[in-house]
Amino acid sequence: MAGQSLTKDIQDTNNVTDREEMIVARDVHKWYASNEFHVLRGVSLTVTKGEVVVVMGPSGSGKSTFIRTFNALEEYQKGQISVDGIELSHDLKNIDAIRKEVGMVFQQFNLFPHLTVLQNVTLAPIWVRRRKKAEAEAIAMQLLEKVGILEQAKKFPGQLSGGQQQRVAIARALAMQPKIMLFDEPTSALDPEMVKEVLDTMRSLAREGMTMVCVTHEVGFAENVADRVVLMADGLLVEEAKPDAFFNNPQHDRTKQFLSQIL
Amino acid sequence: MTTITPQNPNPNLSPPAEIQISPINWVMKNLLTPWYNALITFIIVGIFCYAGYGFCVWAFTEAQWTVIPANLHLFGAGRYPSEEYWRLWVLLSIIVIFSGISWGIVARNVTHLFSRNVLIGLAIAALISFILPIPLLYKLAIIGLLILLSLAAWGGQKIGAKMPGLGQYIAINWFLVYLIGLWLIGGGLGLEEVTTSKWGGLMLTVLMATISIALCFPIGVIFALGRQSNLPVVKLFSVLYIEIIRGIPLIAILFMGQVMIPLFLPEGMRPDRVLRAIIGLTLFSSAYLAENIRGGLQAIPRGQTEAAKALGLNPPLTVSFIVMPQAIKAVIPAIVGQFISLFQDTTLLSIVGVEEFLGISRSVLANPNFLGRSSEVLLFNALGFWVFCYAMSTGSKYIEKRLNVEH
Repeated sequence: MAGQSLTKDIQDTNNVTDREEMIVARDVHKWYASNEFHVLRGVSLTVTKGEVVVVMGPSGSGKSTFIRTFNALEEYQKGQISVDGIELSHDLKNIDAIRKEVGMVFQQFNLFPHLTVLQNVTLAPIWVRRRKKAEAEAIAMQLLEKVGILEQAKKFPGQLSGGQQQRVAIARALAMQPKIMLFDEPTSALDPEMVKEVLDTMRSLAREGMTMVCVTHEVGFAENVADRVVLMADGLLVEEAKPDAFFNNPQHDRTKQFLSQIL
Repeated sequence: MTTITPQNPNPNLSPPAEIQISPINWVMKNLLTPWYNALITFIIVGIFCYAGYGFCVWAFTEAQWTVIPANLHLFGAGRYPSEEYWRLWVLLSIIVIFSGISWGIVARNVTHLFSRNVLIGLAIAALISFILPIPLLYKLAIIGLLILLSLAAWGGQKIGAKMPGLGQYIAINWFLVYLIGLWLIGGGLGLEEVTTSKWGGLMLTVLMATISIALCFPIGVIFALGRQSNLPVVKLFSVLYIEIIRGIPLIAILFMGQVMIPLFLPEGMRPDRVLRAIIGLTLFSSAYLAENIRGGLQAIPRGQTEAAKALGLNPPLTVSFIVMPQAIKAVIPAIVGQFISLFQDTTLLSIVGVEEFLGISRSVLANPNFLGRSSEVLLFNALGFWVFCYAMSTGSKYIEKRLNVEH
């Protein structure tokens, strides 16, 4: 399989890169304020530079909530998270600094429907990174070419297919030149024939050495691209292993049960 | 994009021909069968014919339309001094020229600026100005303005095609036109001063309505955001403002402005009565507008703000680039509805003695020469208001169509 050699490539590049810690989460707890539901019950995870971590788990396990704490879209009540060496606290300055370095791709794309594709991609670089418009547009066009939708730059998101929209969303996040990319079920809202084009984009991103945390149910992607796969269930991190070990030799019953349901 | 032509498996099978229905058949089928439909049709048509006949008889035999042309200057400008009328004509020309240029620039990519509909509209306007029993000078002025409009539009399109970036300056230019207008009407800076008590007629109506509309919109946006705010004091203040204003009838606010403020404030400190009217209208409309816009804000999915946050946009940027444009777009019909009511609500000022379009009509009718001509005058008033409100509603439809590109 072509994916097999790809995995090797990534592992090779990872051996070269230093093991700088990009995300460190320690004993993160979160309760939903409304009903005191304990959604994260002490989750710890370390992601090093250039690493691709896939988070799997049944729905309601808290996996989306967990990665959304990394860029402060969700608050947490107990524990510690630091991203790119910056401690995530209630300090708004820290939150802004972290969000600049962390790109996020959502399940529902969340493109801005009233702006063209190009405007979607250039808005944040111009207003947050303070880039000149021409410069931001040049970068945006490069990124759009990379994700294969250069010719759609002047269109509005509503005129694109789901797969194209998600690729625009990836380009939009990349335009901020983030150090980390978070993917929150990026292919779950797509028609089956469009999943591949988005996964291919993510795959090439991983090949370039981007640090990525992906919540996804795509087993093929996890097997071929991930450096590590973790399983979350009931607000806990149950299993953490290399993809090979995770899928072929799971240690925990919860993982076995989960895999038996999805494979 | 490639278009796919489906292969017709049976070349002889063409789509069923559209069945042509003659008008008579349509009437027979939809209005006259079964018998009770025919009965209802006849009753309704009868009522309309009777009313229409009565109106025509009145309009062409009994009504004395001379009251309109004889007082046209009053309807237009109230008790504005006649020796300063030229200023209003200059203002009107400026407005017409800028409308033409703006239209030309906005429509710079349209191949035929003067489409059939536009030409018909211009022709109708010219024709009406000839038919109406108004002084020749007015007729010539209207024709002149129409020609000016066409020329300016033609020129605007030429300029707009050369300099596509010009579109963004239209709004600021209109603001300048507004200031020039206020100067031309009010005088000062070298022109004879005309106090607001002499302003009146349609001019005053349009003036008050446009200023109030321009002011109530940003205030409404601020209160809409305030009501959604997480800061308790801001939220409380916004809710109080909106609920108190919405609990008071407009006429009460206007009375307070015209009658009560003079009681509280000494002679020199009283704001001008037109200004008081504008403040009253603005305060009132902004509360309703705030609620309209809040409706739009609630329609924005949470993912939009989350995506903006994730990109590092701070709350002010998120609101002004992501949330507000979408929220306002979602409620344009309601907002324009509010503007139209505001325009019509200016008529309430006639009760407190401001001589706007309706108020000046009461003065005209008080003239012994035109006693009992209220039907003619009120009909003329209605037509005047309809023209402006219909224009606003058409404008809103146009804006909606332009903004609806993403679907």
